[in-house]
Order: sequence, then structure tokens, then C-alpha cells
Amino acid sequence: MIAAIVAQLGEWTAPVIDWHALAPELILVVGINLVLFIDLNIGEARKWAMATLTGFVLLAAFVPVVTLAVIGDASREMFDGRYVVDHYALILKAIFLLVAYVVVLMSQNELEEGGYYQGEFYVLMLCSVLGMVMMASSRDLVSIFVALELLSIPAYMMAAWRKRDVRSNEAGVKYYLLGVFASAVLLYGMSFLYGTTGSTKLVEIGEVLASGDLIAMQVVAIAFVIAGLAFKVSAVPFHSWAPDTYEGAPTPVTAFFSVASKAAGFVALMSLIFLAFPTATGVYQPLIWVLAVLTMTVGNVMALRQTNIVRMLAYSSVSQGGFILMPLAVAGTGDASQSAVRAVIVYLLIYAFMNLGAFAVVIAVSRKTRSGEITSFGGLFGYAPGMAAVMTIFMASLAGIPPLGGWIAKFNVFKTVIDAGSGAAYALAVIAAVNTVIAAAYYMRVLRQVWMMPAPDGDITPLATPAPVTAALGITAIGTLVLGVLPGLVLRFGDLQDLTGALGR
Amino acid sequence: MQTITTDNWLLTVGTFLPLVGVLVLIFIPKGEEQLIKTLGIVTAGATLAVGIFTMFRFDFGQAEKLQFFVDVTWIEVIRSNYTIGLDGISLPLYLLSMVITFLVMIYTWDNMPDAGNPKAFYILMLLLQVGMAGTFIAQDLILFFVFFELVLLPMYFMIGVWGGEDRRYASLKFFLYTMFGSALMLVAFLALFFQTGAESFGFAQLIEAGAGIDRNVQIWIFAGMFIGFAVKVPMFPFHTWLPDAHTQAPTQGSVILAAILLKLGTYGFVRIAIPMLPEGAKAWAPVIAILAVIGIIYGALCCLAQTDMKRLIAFSSVAHMGFVMLGIATLTEFGINAALFGMIAHGWITGMLFFVAGAVKHRYHTLEIKRLSGLLTQVPRLGWILGLCAMASLGLPGLAGFWGEFPVILSAYNPGFGLSEPLFRTLMVIAALGTVLAAAYLLWLYQRTAFGEPTEEFAGRTTHAVGAAVAPDHADDHHDAHHDEELRDVTVTEWIAWTPLLIAIVVFGVYPQLMFRVFDPAVTELVARLGESLNP
Repeated sequence: MIAAIVAQLGEWTAPVIDWHALAPELILVVGINLVLFIDLNIGEARKWAMATLTGFVLLAAFVPVVTLAVIGDASREMFDGRYVVDHYALILKAIFLLVAYVVVLMSQNELEEGGYYQGEFYVLMLCSVLGMVMMASSRDLVSIFVALELLSIPAYMMAAWRKRDVRSNEAGVKYYLLGVFASAVLLYGMSFLYGTTGSTKLVEIGEVLASGDLIAMQVVAIAFVIAGLAFKVSAVPFHSWAPDTYEGAPTPVTAFFSVASKAAGFVALMSLIFLAFPTATGVYQPLIWVLAVLTMTVGNVMALRQTNIVRMLAYSSVSQGGFILMPLAVAGTGDASQSAVRAVIVYLLIYAFMNLGAFAVVIAVSRKTRSGEITSFGGLFGYAPGMAAVMTIFMASLAGIPPLGGWIAKFNVFKTVIDAGSGAAYALAVIAAVNTVIAAAYYMRVLRQVWMMPAPDGDITPLATPAPVTAALGITAIGTLVLGVLPGLVLRFGDLQDLTGALGR
Repeated sequence: MQTITTDNWLLTVGTFLPLVGVLVLIFIPKGEEQLIKTLGIVTAGATLAVGIFTMFRFDFGQAEKLQFFVDVTWIEVIRSNYTIGLDGISLPLYLLSMVITFLVMIYTWDNMPDAGNPKAFYILMLLLQVGMAGTFIAQDLILFFVFFELVLLPMYFMIGVWGGEDRRYASLKFFLYTMFGSALMLVAFLALFFQTGAESFGFAQLIEAGAGIDRNVQIWIFAGMFIGFAVKVPMFPFHTWLPDAHTQAPTQGSVILAAILLKLGTYGFVRIAIPMLPEGAKAWAPVIAILAVIGIIYGALCCLAQTDMKRLIAFSSVAHMGFVMLGIATLTEFGINAALFGMIAHGWITGMLFFVAGAVKHRYHTLEIKRLSGLLTQVPRLGWILGLCAMASLGLPGLAGFWGEFPVILSAYNPGFGLSEPLFRTLMVIAALGTVLAAAYLLWLYQRTAFGEPTEEFAGRTTHAVGAAVAPDHADDHHDAHHDEELRDVTVTEWIAWTPLLIAIVVFGVYPQLMFRVFDPAVTELVARLGESLNP
């Protein structure tokens, strides 16, 4: 047997590696080792430097993303087209790195003051980001799965980071068990896909699926793959882990999950739908239609009943996920397929700004109030008008009120769905419209506390917001505002051709 | 649609100038109240000055054309442009929004609502002004939608923070109702865009292409827009947010709401729904007319049942907007002209009524009709102003209200484009009955509050009623604390804020042609275009 392997070695040639294209990933890998090494060798008093270092690593990884975007007009393929760096991948990598940077800003004081293990935390976070960045380029079942696990496994540990807190432990365990279960379902579906098509490369799978009628096993495979990813994007009915995990995890980690992990799930879903299943519209469209409707409706109705701000944001994030699913439910119908990718990407980007911003406000305010209840926001307008103003921006943006970013995100989604023009699409649009109103009710309830209620304990000392959190608030607030007024800045990204055109489809 | 592009910087400046004021105000410390108020008023005044300059530059001879027209790329990918322009229909509304904001700000000078914080209050009013003015100049559906929604949040906070006791409930109700309407409206806008296959969201393209859509599709799209605009108007049965919002809002909020925000809905019908979807409009016209007349009668009956002066005025808005919608639903030049006049007149008159109600509340700390009496003896000038506004509101000839009601009723006699004459004539009769009811509730209101002697509770307050005048059995009265206050008649600030409106009510009542002359060319063109698509 060894002889056979040795014999094959002779035929093996080293793959061509495009170092520039891989630079973001490589910088992250170096950064992970650097953070780990330095953390082991400096004293407890200087651990704060880890956050700064992590920030620099993320910014450094951002540089090649920018240079690639400036230079690259053609996509760079590696490993037989299984790992591709194109515009689609680059914009997503940029989103992931940006989100991670803002989360680092938000985590710094939280970790320092909580006495958590800072170095380890940032190492795990960088690992997770590496998984996400890889996900954006993965065009193969195996690399998608590896990326998914790479981003998930550190996340399980981050959820349980407050290890002396029972709820945080519960958060971690729940996330872990359901996440592993979802991975198994996903893997099972992937195995069927490989078995019936003979390839793990998405484009080849797509070609085989397009060549004839789907057999039953392929239908099952698609359903399983979508269900497995539905866990990651916390789509109803696979969402049950999300509220508990979000509530139990440290708030910056929750922000990271609700934006970055979710976005990674959507990226995998998009790559699969547009490259592997583009012809299987009859299978994935109804499935995602139902998921989208359930997700936004159940998420909203549950969010209405929450009294804890983080739980409310958790359900709100579930419901926003439903909106992001909408374009995928019509991704194969008529003209909508052209704009669906853009609608999802723009939504992910804007959602990242506004949701991170909302969490940053929660962090800033709960530092003072030591409470997670929505009522603890009472009187904010009186003692911290600036914070009240940014919270208004984020909540109104999440509710989709122009001229804030969230509006343009929702608008794009509606536009794509109505562009599809089918009866199912119109029904989806109307259901979503009604859901927007339900969602507005709970976002406005927060603003009602902020603006109209007195401080619950009468404590009206001003907030002492640490500089990094202020920076995070600034980045997210400006992003939310500017993208609402000048959405043209990001609407150029995410053409369908970015994803499929390079592959000759 | 023809356009004129001279002086096309004017509208942009006029609309966004308040934002400059907002930016300045943000950096002024909260404590500098006088400075904040002055700056707010100066900004609104400067905006109004730009507006008046715009009016002088407006070519009234070509009022049917879009003037000061700008068309710049805004969001290329979704094919939405920054397209703005002003014609005879929008010019009066655009100016109205500026005048009202300016006057309300002057009024706020010494009538700041109890919650205080003029900084936030003035910033919100300036933001509102941007949204209102922007809605009237937008010539692109997406731009229109953005401005249309921009007014939501400031008004939500205005009611919710500075309003009455039930303000939180009222503000949320206002917000959710409007949001619901606009969500469906947005779906309708997008459906319209894709059904026409238009090049952009510009009004001109959509008006041209809209008529080509299949009739059934038009009816569905119109339904979506109908809900969006009807909630804003508000039409029966979508009106229930209005009495709550009006009653709970601070005086300033009520005035802005009544004078301008409600007009965004009717304006939407005239500017967007009807011209873009002629077949849909024709199919929906009877429904709109019936709901409008139900609104007239229902609003009037509710008025008769009210015990609170402000709530009564709020319900009278439902009735008045019913007349406006009836005029629009006739789809005739005559009806739409009258409806537009009604919009403006209602803005002045009901705005004034809310001002007066605010003044009464300020002096008596109540608006309960049965506790008020003898305004004419205690505060005669205020009493007379209330009288004038009540007369104008009930449609007395010679005052502005008349020209918004009487021609509407007349126009329903001969609806356009083969709409059912028996139906509209029946509605005409019922609407005419509505004017009788209007006279009844307004005169009754006036009689109860202004005539007679002041109630025992407030008697003797004009004279120097110090301590001795208060009977011992009044000791448990809630308003005891205010008893020692001297009642003041109309103050200087109030005179400054109100006189322009009072003059307008009289001048345009006597010489309505001043206004009709502006609307008419644009309305004629609108109806002519309807004719082209409905009777080819």
C-alpha cells in the first residue's frame, strides 16, 4: 500500500499558489501565532496590548484585500478553481475583517474589566475570522465545510467565555451541541451531493444537476444542506439556540455571532445556491420561501415579548435573517437572479453596521446601569443625549426608516423580490411589509424608553464610555448614516457576475 | 412633462437649509435656551425667505411646467435620481410648510411645552421641515418615499416626549399606522416600477408608462398606494390614529400635523397615484368617494359627541379631509382644484384652531368644553379669533374654508370619465348635509366656550384674583395652583405667529382666484392626461 502511495507521489505536482490572493489569510495565520506567542510571554499587566495587536492584525489583513480590489479585474483561481478570490469574495472578506475590528474595539474594556483571558480570546476570534475569510473564497464542498468548522469551533468556546457564569456555560453548550448537530446534517447532505454527482467542486455539481432531472437523493441532499446552513443563520425552525446563546455569551461575542457568524452562513448558502443549485429552483426556492416567512414572522413575534435588550436583539437578528433570506427565495426567478446576490451582500454589510452599533450602545449603557432590561434605557435622552441620538439612528435603521442604512438594505430586498414578479414573490413582499411594521413596534419601544421614560433608578450621572467603544460607535453610526444617504457607495458591489461570471456560467 | 431649469439651485437650498440650522444647534449647549430659540427661528425665517424668493422667481404663466428642475444621478444601481421640481400644485404646499414651521417656531418662543429642552424641540422641527418641503419637491418615487418617511421619527418624538398624558400610546399608534401604510406603499411603488419597465423612478417616466399597465394590475397597485396615502390623510376607516395623535401632541405638533403632514397623503393621491394609474384611479374613485363621505358624516357626528375641544378639532379634520378626498375622487379639474384649495385652507384654519386650543389650554389648563365658558368676556380677543376660525372652518362664504367645500360639493354633481352620476350625486347630497353638521358642531362649540359667563371655577380671574377670591370649597381643586394667575389675552408672540394665518384666511376667502390661478394650469394638464389614457 505504501508503495502505491509512493508511486503516486511521482505524479504529484505542487499547485500554483497565488501569494497575493492568499495574503489576507496568511496574514491572519501569522497574526494568530503572533498573538498567541506574545500573550504567553508578557505579564498580566500588559495584556491590554493584545487587543491593540489584534486590531493591527485585522487592519494588516485588510490591506491586501484593498490592493486586490484595486488591481484585480479578473478573478484569481487556485486549486483547480476550488478556492477563488474574486470581487464577491473580496467584498465579503472586507465585511468580515471590518466586523471583527469593530468587535475588538467593543471587547477590549469588557474583557479587561471582567478579568477574562484576553490573549486566548483574541486568538480564538482571529481563528474564527480566518474561517470566515476562507468561506468567502471557498468554491468546494470540502473547503466550505472546513471553513465552517474553523469559524464555528472557536465560536463555541467564545460563547462560554464567562466560565464562572452558568448562563454563559449554557450558552456555549447549547451552541456547541446544536452546531455540531447542524454540521452533521450538512455533512450528510454533502455526502449525498458528492455521491450522486461525483464531484465536490460546486460548479461541477451544478453542471451535473443541470444536465437532467433531479433524482430523489439529490432533492434530499439539497434540503439537508440548506437545513444545515439554516442553523448557522439561525433561521426558524432552526433558531432555538440563538436567544439563549446570545443572552448568555458576553455582549461583544453576541455582537460577533449575530453579525459575522450569521453572515458566514449566508455566504455559504449563496455560494451553494448560485454555483451548485442554480437549476434546482424547484427545490430550494420553496424551501427558502418558507424559511424566510417563518424566520421573519416568528422572530418578530418573539422579539415583541422580550424585556431583555440582548434577547430582543437576538430575536430581532433572527427576524433580520428572514429578510436576508428573502432574495434567495426568488434567486432563480426571472430578473431577480441578477440582483439577489447584491441584495444579500448589501444587507449583510449594512446590517453589520447597525447591529454592531446597537450592541455597542448596549455595552456602553449597561456599563453604567448593570442591567440588561430594556427599561434600564429610561432617561438616556436626559443624561446622555449623544448616546440617545446614536441609539435612535441604530434602532430606526434596524426598523428600516429612511434615510438610514437599514432602509436601503430592506429596499433592495423588496426590489429583488418584486422584480421576480411571481405570485409567490408578491406574497412574500406583502408578508415582509407587514413584518416591517411588527418589527418597528419593538424597535420603537426601545426608543420610547430612551426618549420618553425617566431613568428607572433616578441615577442620571453621565455615561463614562471608554474610547474604543466610542470609536466603535462612531464607525457604525457614520456607516449607517452615510450608506443610507449615499447607498451608491456599496451598491456597486455584489454583481451576480462577480460570483458566477468568472466561472463561465 | 415639460421642465424649466432656470435657478434650479433654489429648491435644494430651500429644502436643506434647515439642516444647516440643525448642525449649528447640535453644537450649542443645552442651557443657552434664548440663543437656541433665536437660531431656530432665524433658520426657519431664512428658509422661508428662500421660499418667498422662489415664489417670485416662479413663472406663474407656465405653472403647469416643472420649474427649478434638477435631475442628477443619485443611486445609479437602483435607477433612482435626485429629481426635483415645482409646479403649480406643489408650490403653495411647499410654501405652506415653510410658513407654518416658521410661525410655529415663533409661537414656541414663550410657549415651550412642559417637558422643556428647546434644543431637541427646535432640531426636530427643523428636521420635520426638511421632510415636508422635500416631499413636495420630489419628482422621483424613491426620493419622495425617503422624504415622506423622514417626517415620521421627528413627529413620533414630538408627540411622545412633549405630548399629553397618553403621549406614549398615541405616538406609537401614529408611528405604526403610518409605517404600515408606507410599507405597503413601497411594495406598490416597486410593483409599478417593474410593471412599467420604466427607465427610472422619475415621476415623468412613470406617468407616461403607467397608463400602459393592464387594468387589473393597476387596480392592485393602486390598492397598495391607497393604503399608504389613506392612512396619512387619514381617510375613514384608517383615521383612528389621528384623534389620539392630535389630542396628545403638543400644540406645535398638532399644528404641523394638521397643516402639513395630513397633506402629504392627499398630495400623494394627486401627484402619484392618480396620474400614474389612471385606470386604477377610475376603478377606485367610487370607493374613495364613498369612504370620503362616510368620513365627512362620521367625523361630524364624532365632533358632536366630543367633550374635549382639541379632540373635537381633530375629528373635524377627518371631516374636512373627507371633502378634499371627495373632490379628488371626482377626477375633474373643478374637483381637484377645489380639493387643493381645501388642503391649503384646512392647513391655515385647522392650524389656527389648534393654536387657539393651545392658547386656551395654556390659560385655563383644561380643554374640557363644559368647564370653559365666556371666553369673550374673559379673553375677548382670543374669543373673537376662535370665532373667526370656527366660521372659516364651517365654510362661511368670504373666508377661505368656503372655497375648499362648496366647489367640491358642486363638482360631485358631474364626476369625470363616466363615473356613476347617481352615486356621486347621492354623495353630493350627503356631503352637503355634512356642512350642516359642521355648522352645528362648530357653532355649538363656540356657543359653549365663548358665550355666556365664565364658569364659577375660572370666574374673576381677569381681575386681580389674589387669594381672597378663592372660595374655601375650591381647596381640593386640582387647578387651584393656577387660580392666582392673571388671565392674559392674546400675547404679542401669539399675534406675530397668528396674524399671517388670519390675514390669509380672509384674503384668500375674499379673492380665491389668487390661489386657483396657481393650481389651475397644472390641474388642467393632469386631467387632460388622464383623459388621454381613459378616453383614447
